[in-house]
Amino acid sequence: MNVSTILIILLIGAFATYLSGDKLASKVALLFSLAALGCSILLLNNYNAGENISFIANWINKPTIVLALNADGLGIAMVLLTLALTPIIIFSSFGNEYKNAKSFYALILFMAFAMAGTFLAADGLLYYVFWELALVPIYFIALIWGNGDAEERRKAVVKFFIYTLAGSLFMLTAFIYLYQKTGSFLLEKLYAAELSSNEQLWIFLAFFLAYAIKIPIIPFHTWQANVYQKAPTVGTMLLSGIMLKMGLYSVLRWQLPIAPLAAKEYLNIFISLGIAGVIYGSIVALKQKDLKKLLAYSSLAHVGLIAAGSYTLTLDGLRGAVLQMIAHGFVVVGLFFAAEVIFRRFETREISEMGGIRIQSPKFTSMFLILVLASVALPSTFNFVGEFTVLYSLSQINIWFAVLGGTTIILGAYYMLKMFQQVMLGEANSKTFADVSLNEGISFAVIIAVLLFFGFYPKPITDLITPSLETILSVINKN
Amino acid sequence: MNTLIAITGLGIFCLLFEILNLRKAIIPITIAGLLGVLALNYCEFGAEQSYYNNMITVSKFSTAFSSLFIIITIFLVALSHNFYHNHPTKISDYVAIKVFLLAGGVAMVSFGNLAMFFLGIEVLSIALYVLAASDRLNIKSNEAGMKYFLMGSFASGIILFGICLIYGAMGSFDITEIHESALSAELPIWFPIGMILMVVGMLFKIAAVPFHFWAPDVYEGSPALTTALMSTLAKIVAVATLFKLVSGLNLISSLENQDLLYTFQNIVVFLSIASMTVGNIMALRQVNVKRMLAFSGISHAGFMLMTLLTVSASAGVLLYYTAAYALAGIAAFSVILYVCRDHDNEDITNFHGLGKTNPLLAAILTASLLSMAGIPIFSGFFAKLFLFDQTIKAGFVSLVIVAVINSIISVGYYFKLIIAMYSKEPNQERTGKPFLIYAAAVVSIALNIILGLFPSLVLDLLN
Repeated sequence: MNVSTILIILLIGAFATYLSGDKLASKVALLFSLAALGCSILLLNNYNAGENISFIANWINKPTIVLALNADGLGIAMVLLTLALTPIIIFSSFGNEYKNAKSFYALILFMAFAMAGTFLAADGLLYYVFWELALVPIYFIALIWGNGDAEERRKAVVKFFIYTLAGSLFMLTAFIYLYQKTGSFLLEKLYAAELSSNEQLWIFLAFFLAYAIKIPIIPFHTWQANVYQKAPTVGTMLLSGIMLKMGLYSVLRWQLPIAPLAAKEYLNIFISLGIAGVIYGSIVALKQKDLKKLLAYSSLAHVGLIAAGSYTLTLDGLRGAVLQMIAHGFVVVGLFFAAEVIFRRFETREISEMGGIRIQSPKFTSMFLILVLASVALPSTFNFVGEFTVLYSLSQINIWFAVLGGTTIILGAYYMLKMFQQVMLGEANSKTFADVSLNEGISFAVIIAVLLFFGFYPKPITDLITPSLETILSVINKN
Repeated sequence: MNTLIAITGLGIFCLLFEILNLRKAIIPITIAGLLGVLALNYCEFGAEQSYYNNMITVSKFSTAFSSLFIIITIFLVALSHNFYHNHPTKISDYVAIKVFLLAGGVAMVSFGNLAMFFLGIEVLSIALYVLAASDRLNIKSNEAGMKYFLMGSFASGIILFGICLIYGAMGSFDITEIHESALSAELPIWFPIGMILMVVGMLFKIAAVPFHFWAPDVYEGSPALTTALMSTLAKIVAVATLFKLVSGLNLISSLENQDLLYTFQNIVVFLSIASMTVGNIMALRQVNVKRMLAFSGISHAGFMLMTLLTVSASAGVLLYYTAAYALAGIAAFSVILYVCRDHDNEDITNFHGLGKTNPLLAAILTASLLSMAGIPIFSGFFAKLFLFDQTIKAGFVSLVIVAVINSIISVGYYFKLIIAMYSKEPNQERTGKPFLIYAAAVVSIALNIILGLFPSLVLDLLN
């Protein structure tokens, strides 16, 4: 058994979901996503036992494109994140009714397939194919099942699509250029490419455009808040929980090792861009009246910090970035789900129309509080581990980076707790807030369990990712 | 050679069916006949041979492209059934003209003599003029036919003039002889001038900027099926022929000898960039789908022209690109034919809500548009990839960057149609599921995806 099994399960799952009809679709999708998760845990086991679970097969002879799926610690960690979140996301949507549900859930599984493929691909072109494939389903999910005014939604979604496609096409050009240099799209060959510092700069920038738009890093973030707000919650979770991690992961996997000279030379600029995102996102989040938009901007701040951590080119920075990616994935899905739970009862996303939920549902309030505290990186949550490591690595580069980056915690605590206060506390709301249902409770419980468990004991994940990060660093520092 | 004879024979048979009153059987029989021709053509593949004093040369290049033309014609004939069901008495004419047009196309890619080349282009063009004007009670169709005829005959004249100059320079119409003597150091200036005139004529047929002005009007005015034919079959025939002219007459080496290669490449780069950009920017503003696809075709012509920069290596790439483009075009036009069959225009509003009323057709149209836009797994993506790969290899990085920017622009108008299908409410009932339209759409998009999954199938044919 190797990693291709996961992809096959997800792809078959997408078709099976489509064929199963509207009534069964959600259950079939959940079943297949759980099967994929089980399969990936099994593979993790084999990997830890030292077995080779990579997959390689020929695809196209000329130009040479290989179906190469490489599972190292980093790749497996990201795939596990994807496959753990997918069932949660699907399960969390059980309370909603979707028109044409079979297409909806099939698209979710197809997107999971493409995203898992992106994390595994070890051939530049295969990676690019998966990268683009992930874009198509989310486009339709946001366009067809999104909320808000149709005309505005259309604009936001098309802008998102054209932005991301524009960025990735420049990445494609860079890949083709690299292919001319090395004669192969294979990751290891690209790592070994001998490039002048000028070539590296252009390649670095081409990659940067693709990733900065996807992550998003300032000033390429303008698509984000609108799409997060307009997409259905499931789409927002997929986007913020997994898809933007594709960009962050690709920075580590492709951009830094292929063009290390450029990364080193302009290190300060790229860290500053990340930090600028932190400050900008936090300040704008303070002003938001829409709960989903507030979470979108808070997400912008957090990923800015992750990006800054990746660009430090230190082991701590990379490790912190990966830990924070995983932690952020879970917490942001949890928060958007909480927003959805409130929406199901109050039918509003305006913060000013909420309030007084604590009196009606203390259970929901305490779960929401844990998520909020995790989001602001309270010690003993998983996010603390990641955020702290990143800040530490930033302080190694320049203490001011750490100080400015640290505002994410201070400002984050401010706007998140203020939001919590407005949404949850206060006098009882005139609208009734039914207590969380069992289904909703399970989703929350799983997310919180993960956040707390790895908050206390992050060792399994650090052990998993550290060797592959060290390999990447050795490529970066080879000359 | 056998292919060409068989196709012509099939065309004559189509006319005979009319006399024998077998109109109902004409579509299935023609499709079966074309499949037979395809098999025949397949048998000829790999056997290099020339016939009738080198009038026709059968090569890998010609058989591969002929197969593609035959496959596209099969789709077009299949679509004829529903399209012409209001004119049952004329169906054999229409089908026969299409088959003759195919004969012209096959002659154009397998010529061994410039006289044969001209014969092919005229057979193709005259058939197109007739088809463009075939909706004779519709003033727009008449206009389209007239416009196309005037402009087309002018282009034919230019080509003929070019052939004469080449004959004057080389003393022969035979391409192998021209191929050899093109290498000699001292060539009369007539040769490059003649070549330029021929290339200009062919660029007109391809509808590349700045010879594209006829295309939008003719595409819009012609009956939809004729537009489908022009934007798929006619365009790829012309591109393949231009490619064969440039490579077969040894233009590149000859220009190199005379230090004109750099100029030639500059011109190609300019034409390519101009076609892509003008086509795309104009397409953004269109509300008529046929017109939009006409402009999109102009921009694709710009992409295909890029192969002329790397003539020695890119025959396979061109074959792949044309196949991907034509199959996506056939799938798109099948849906357009279905949606617009009861309308007198092809505005985007006709497509509103297609995702709700006919999810399958909407998905097919989406897939074909994504393929044209170059989104992976559809063959359009790989076509662009291989093309960019070749072009960067030849050192034209900036051209590729312009092409990339154009690919982004093109998403803008392709998505306009996708959005109309999925996010607008249906404004009309769409009843009936005509089998042949569905079949053509499904099969062509399936072929497109298969090409995307296994590009080597086609790409390696000509290497």
